[in-house]
Amino acid sequence: MIQFEAVHKRFPNGTTAVHDLTLEMPEGGVTVLVGSSGCGKTTTLRMVNRMVEPTSGTIRVGGKDVLAQDAAELRRSIGYVIQQAGLFPHRTVLDNIATVPLLLGWGRRKARARAAELLETVGLAADTGKRFPHQLSGGQQQRVGVARALAADPPVLLMDEPFGAVDPVVRTQLQDELLRLQKELSKTIVFVTHDIDEAVRLGDRIAIFRTGGHLVQCAPPAELLASPADDFVTDFLGSERELKLLSLTPLKEVPQTRATPLRADEPVSAVSGDGGRWQLVTSAAGRPLGWLDTDALPATGTAGEAPLTPARALRDTDSLLSALNETIGSPSGCVVRVDADGAVTGVTAREEIHARATAAHAAAGAGAARTAGTAGSDSPAPTTTATPAEHPA
Amino acid sequence: MTIDWSWIADHTDDLTTLSVSHLQAALSAVFLGLLISLPLAVIAHRIRPLRGFLLGLSNVLFTIPSIAIFVLLLPVSGLTRTTTVIGLTIYTLVVLLRNTVEGLDSVPAKTKEAAKAMGTRPLRTLLTVELPLALPVIMAGVRIATVMSISLVSVATYIGDGGLGQLFTDGFQRNFPTPVIAGVVLTLLLALVADALLVALQYVLTPWTRKRGA
Repeated sequence: MIQFEAVHKRFPNGTTAVHDLTLEMPEGGVTVLVGSSGCGKTTTLRMVNRMVEPTSGTIRVGGKDVLAQDAAELRRSIGYVIQQAGLFPHRTVLDNIATVPLLLGWGRRKARARAAELLETVGLAADTGKRFPHQLSGGQQQRVGVARALAADPPVLLMDEPFGAVDPVVRTQLQDELLRLQKELSKTIVFVTHDIDEAVRLGDRIAIFRTGGHLVQCAPPAELLASPADDFVTDFLGSERELKLLSLTPLKEVPQTRATPLRADEPVSAVSGDGGRWQLVTSAAGRPLGWLDTDALPATGTAGEAPLTPARALRDTDSLLSALNETIGSPSGCVVRVDADGAVTGVTAREEIHARATAAHAAAGAGAARTAGTAGSDSPAPTTTATPAEHPA
Repeated sequence: MTIDWSWIADHTDDLTTLSVSHLQAALSAVFLGLLISLPLAVIAHRIRPLRGFLLGLSNVLFTIPSIAIFVLLLPVSGLTRTTTVIGLTIYTLVVLLRNTVEGLDSVPAKTKEAAKAMGTRPLRTLLTVELPLALPVIMAGVRIATVMSISLVSVATYIGDGGLGQLFTDGFQRNFPTPVIAGVVLTLLLALVADALLVALQYVLTPWTRKRGA
């Protein structure tokens, strides 16, 4: 657990980077700090490992005051990932990862063995270890950065816009990977970003900062999206706030009706019109192939040979937002539900999804904390509204 | 101008001795120059106000004519090899100091920051991160300083040293060109070989700068 208590940071040039910050970052959870540039989020992160020293106030990591510890030793006990990885260009990937273990005096063999193990953990091939950072892609470098931060198995990870410099596809991959790792490792993570979507995706709690270093609101994503503390937060969350909320709610709890799909090898002559205009067609293995228009049936052939409108099937782990998206494109107004193997289990109507979306919004608005089953702590955490009296002009 | 090959054949031992002495003087100067430049460069790099002063000083020293330096040093160290090496060392400073400072400047802030954030203390950061990354620029300075020193050793002939430079005075006084030509060719060879060895040394020391198929 990381605790900020009445922390101020004023720089020598007179600017206040962080203003009277009191904040708790729960153990084993991801706390995302967001805000526009110059709002103090990075300064806040950097005060945790004393890369920046607070002007006043107390910061505790695991109950111990950071200012009472040797700065270098403190830093070795806290993982640190920065944008564009900040890898050492003159060291091989393996030696980069082994940095902190070597500083801790593990000895070269043990440190290298641990580094090799971590390469695998972050999804890199073993032969990557002998390369130099400039020989890797941006995404690979970022993975090495994460591996380096994890090397000495620190309980706390600080991540300063770690995925800011990679393209959107790689960024999504890295986010998924981080969520997967976090499920396994349960680190206390402080994550800085200016991307609210990234914050919603990764955070167990999101702390929104406003220029001048004011913490405006800190709450679980669902609660933040459902009931923003003020106009600033509302603006920051953007016009798709309600949709972002749906992205947090899995499809799992939405009921489905049993479908009676056509097999691809059934002749179209056998199709009866009483199942509605659009009929779902599946392969022999039960995988969805698409929607068949019974108003425009070809004269001969099988259902699989007829022109089909494609259907993107959804699993229980997909979000309500994806489901809503599918209902827009689906000619029948239904989304196709599949199991983990991709076989059709049923369909859900547009109305059902809408009803569920509204309910999810109401539940989150009522302060029911996390509606979603995304990774994180299972006890609902209360909202902290830091400076409710101060509204932006 | 003809070359008297028999003179060369008769004097191979002398030529070898002079070459070795010549190289020793030059390399000692570069070595001492590095020894002085490294700490000064670190100071100039870390303490901004001192940077202009130190670099300016090395420039001023460089503008003193070489013969004048040897003459000024005579009361201190006399007609000795020490005088030669001190004089040459002073000249190496201008390149070595500037390149070392620039090398340290060229280390990305992000990399130094990462080292600090991982819990590396300042001295260790200097030795294991900053100096290795500054090495290509420092080595460029070492190469220039080495070639420059090898060519300058001859000037020390005026104080009775000068390695291969002695061949020039000898040939001039006797109006006999062979030793002069031999001296020029050998100086050139020493410079080329020394430079090639330094390039090889840099290649070995900086594996991360090599272009390789990723």
